[in-house]
Amino acid sequence: MEEFPPEFDPARLIQTMSRNGHNKLIGTRYHGHGDGWCELALPYSETLVTDTASGILASGPIFTLMDMATSLSIWLKTGTFQPQATLDLRIDYLRPARPGNTVIAHGECYHVTKSIAFIRGHAHDGDPEKPIAHVAGTYFFTASA
Amino acid sequence: MKTSFSPYAQTMGFEEQRDADGRLIIAMPYCDGVRGRPGFVHGGALAGLLETIAYATLSEALGEDDRPLIKPVNVTATYMRGAVEVTTYAQATIERLGKRIANIEAIAWQDDINKPVAMAQINVMLDRSGRS
Repeated sequence: MEEFPPEFDPARLIQTMSRNGHNKLIGTRYHGHGDGWCELALPYSETLVTDTASGILASGPIFTLMDMATSLSIWLKTGTFQPQATLDLRIDYLRPARPGNTVIAHGECYHVTKSIAFIRGHAHDGDPEKPIAHVAGTYFFTASA
Repeated sequence: MKTSFSPYAQTMGFEEQRDADGRLIIAMPYCDGVRGRPGFVHGGALAGLLETIAYATLSEALGEDDRPLIKPVNVTATYMRGAVEVTTYAQATIERLGKRIANIEAIAWQDDINKPVAMAQINVMLDRSGRS
């Protein structure tokens, strides 16, 4: 497996990933990181709402943001770039994000085995004490099979 | 009944189709906007597709005269195969449609419906308090 280069910078990685593909489409931004955790931001966009009348953000982009944040947390936990794929991801939607607010997703990897990484996380729209969603899931290391 | 797509669904390029039995299918043509790691569809885009077909199928089952607010409670997505650079299709089955809760299962596939790339179990609340 590939060790992190000393200059590894998750902020720069997210900037690169957000230049094309699905992260560009929804507008994923870097927000913060630490040992085994990563935070990403999703600025509000009218192109991502589920209902024009209410202006409420669709759940799909929040799912993507949580998937990205938890996925990156595994690299930050293990300190390696092992190729991995999402096995399953469960999201509980506690309440809708307030229209206009940026959504922040916090993902953390709390355990890894040789083959599986266990993650959890939450998202909020301004106040970390009032989450809008909780997430739990697993990833498997595709090269370990 | 024509499904009216949300701005999100339009952004994603979703297209409404019907199978031979007239059941609703949503197609997600491959484009750069749904790409994750090189060569594959992003898992978040697949989850968005699965949620959208679930809500659209539910909305159709409820009919024109019953329009409760559909509030997502939770979604459990399971990924079975890498989804490659072709169109992905999704279909949903309502396992139970109650007064306040609906349980829905959605699957997504590419060239073979018997080889799904992802599936999701979706539970929603039907809120009739705010609408007549």
